Amino acid sequence: MSKQPGVLAIGFTRGALEIKQFIRQRESVVFTLLFPILLLLIFGAVFKDEIAPEVTFSQYFVAGMIASGLVNTGFQQLAITIPMERDDGTLKRLRGTPAPTASYFIGKVILVFVSMFVQVALLLAFGVALYGISLPTTPERWLTFTWVMLLGIGSSTILGIAFSVVPKSGRGASAVVSPIVIILQFFSGVFFVFTQLPTWMQNVAALFPLKWLTQGMRSVFLPDSFATQEVAQSWEHGKTALILTAWLIAGFFIAIKTFRWERS
Amino acid sequence: MSNAISVRGLVKSYGATKKAGQRIHAVRGIDLEVHTGEIFALLGPNGAGKTSTIEILEGYRSRDSGELRVLGEDPATTNLPLWRNRVGIVLQSTKDGADLSVQEILAHFAQYYSNPRDVDEVIESVGLQEKRHARGEHLSGGQRRRLDVALGIIGNPELLFLDEPTTGFDPEARRSFWELIRTLRSAGTTILMSTHYLDEAEALADRVAVMNHGVIVDCATPDRLGGRDRERVNIRWRESGSLHQELTDTPTEFLRALSARISGEIPELSVSRPSLEEIYLQMIGGQE
Repeated sequence: MSKQPGVLAIGFTRGALEIKQFIRQRESVVFTLLFPILLLLIFGAVFKDEIAPEVTFSQYFVAGMIASGLVNTGFQQLAITIPMERDDGTLKRLRGTPAPTASYFIGKVILVFVSMFVQVALLLAFGVALYGISLPTTPERWLTFTWVMLLGIGSSTILGIAFSVVPKSGRGASAVVSPIVIILQFFSGVFFVFTQLPTWMQNVAALFPLKWLTQGMRSVFLPDSFATQEVAQSWEHGKTALILTAWLIAGFFIAIKTFRWERS
Repeated sequence: MSNAISVRGLVKSYGATKKAGQRIHAVRGIDLEVHTGEIFALLGPNGAGKTSTIEILEGYRSRDSGELRVLGEDPATTNLPLWRNRVGIVLQSTKDGADLSVQEILAHFAQYYSNPRDVDEVIESVGLQEKRHARGEHLSGGQRRRLDVALGIIGNPELLFLDEPTTGFDPEARRSFWELIRTLRSAGTTILMSTHYLDEAEALADRVAVMNHGVIVDCATPDRLGGRDRERVNIRWRESGSLHQELTDTPTEFLRALSARISGEIPELSVSRPSLEEIYLQMIGGQE
C-alpha cells in the first residue's frame, strides 16, 4: 500500500479543482472578473474631474477598485460560496474522506489568490490604458503594494471564512454578504472621495479594513503630494498595517471557534 | 468471526441544556456488532436514532458515552485521515460537484486515498459509463446516487456506510443497485446500510437490526427477525362457498387434515408466514 497523500498535495489538488469550478460558474466569472471592470468603465466615463492637482477621480477610483478587489475575491467570494458548499454537501462529504481540514482551506486560498491576481491585473491594465494610472515606479511603492495586497487579501480571506457561518443558507448568502460589501465601498472611499463624506461615515469606515486598503492603494498609485488630501494628511502606513493585522488575527480566532461543516 | 464494528452502551442526546425534558435522547444505550464481510441493515422509522448512530460510527458526531470500535479504532480518538482512508461513506442526498463531470469528480477524490481503485473500473461498476463526461447537475436522481456510491468506494474501503441509498429510485434502478451492493460484498467489503425499505433489507442484508426510540428492538437475520420463523402460519382456503382462515403453529398437520377433508385441489389455498413488513410494523407499533 502506498503512502497517504499529504496535506499540501491534497491542498494543491483542491486548489486546481476550485479554479476549474470557478471558471465553469458563469456568475462567479461575471461578478468577480467582469463586473468591477464594468464599474470602472462607467465611473470613468461619468466622473472625469480633477480632485487635486494631477489627480483625476478616475485614478482615485482605480485605486479604490483594486482595494475592493481584495474584498471581493476574498471576503465576498468565500462568505457566499462556503455556505453554498455547506448546503450542497461538499463540506460534509470532504469531512468523510481522508483529506485533512487544512487542505480544504489551502484550496480556497489558492482560488482566492488566483482570482485576486486576475482581477487586480485586469483593473490595472484598464487603469493604465484608459485612466492614466501608472504602475508603481519605485521599489518602495512596489513594497507598499505587496504588503497592502498580502495583508488585505489575507484578512479578507480569513474574514470571509469567519463570516461564512452568518448566512442561514447557501441561497440567501449573496443577499446577506453583498450589501455589506457595497455599503462598505460607499463608506470607504471607493465610489466617493473619502474626505468629502460626512464625518460619521468616515468614522464608521475607519473601523473596517476596506478604508485602510483604499488608502494604502492610493499611496501606491497616486502622487505623494496627494497624501496631504487624506484625513490625517498622511498615508498612515503604520496604522493601516496595524488595523489590517488586528482584523487578520481576530478573524483567525473567530473562524477557528465558529466554523461549521453542516447546517445546524 | 471478527467484527468490523462493535458498539457497547452507546448513548447520545442533543439539546443546549442539561435540564430533563429539554434534551432529545436520540440514542439510549445500544449494543451492536457488524461482522466483517457482511451486509448489515439498520431499520427504523424517522427519528429512531439511525442517522445519529451511523454518524457517530462514521466519526461525524461525538457520543455521550459508550464503547466503540470501528475497524479496530475509536473514531473519536483515532488519527482520522488514516482511518478514513479505510472507510467509505455514502451520505443522504447531496448536490455537490454540479460543475464537474463524473470522471473529474472521481479522479479528484481518488487522489485523497493511499490505495484508490481505478477510476474507469469504478465508473463501470456503478454503471455510469455513458455518463462519464456528464456534469453533476445533469445527472438524474438515480445516476446521482450511483455517483455517490462510486465516491464511497473510490478509496477501496474495507467498510462502507450507506445511508438510505435507494430513496427515490424506480423499481428497476433499485434492482440493479442491489446487484451493485452484492458485488461489493462478494469483493469483501463490509457494508452497514440504513433503509426505509423492508424488501431492500430482506433482499440484501445478512442481518437486520430494528431501531426505535433510540434503542435496538431486535437484531437477527431477516427471516428470523421478531421471531418471524416462529410466528404462526396463516392458511387461507375456500370451502363450501366461503373463505376460511386459520392461524396455526402446526401448518403441515393442518394441511393434511384439510386435504383429507377436501378431495382434489383445495380451492384458493395460500400458506404464508407474516411478511417482514408485518413483523416490523408490529415491532415498532408495540413500542409506541
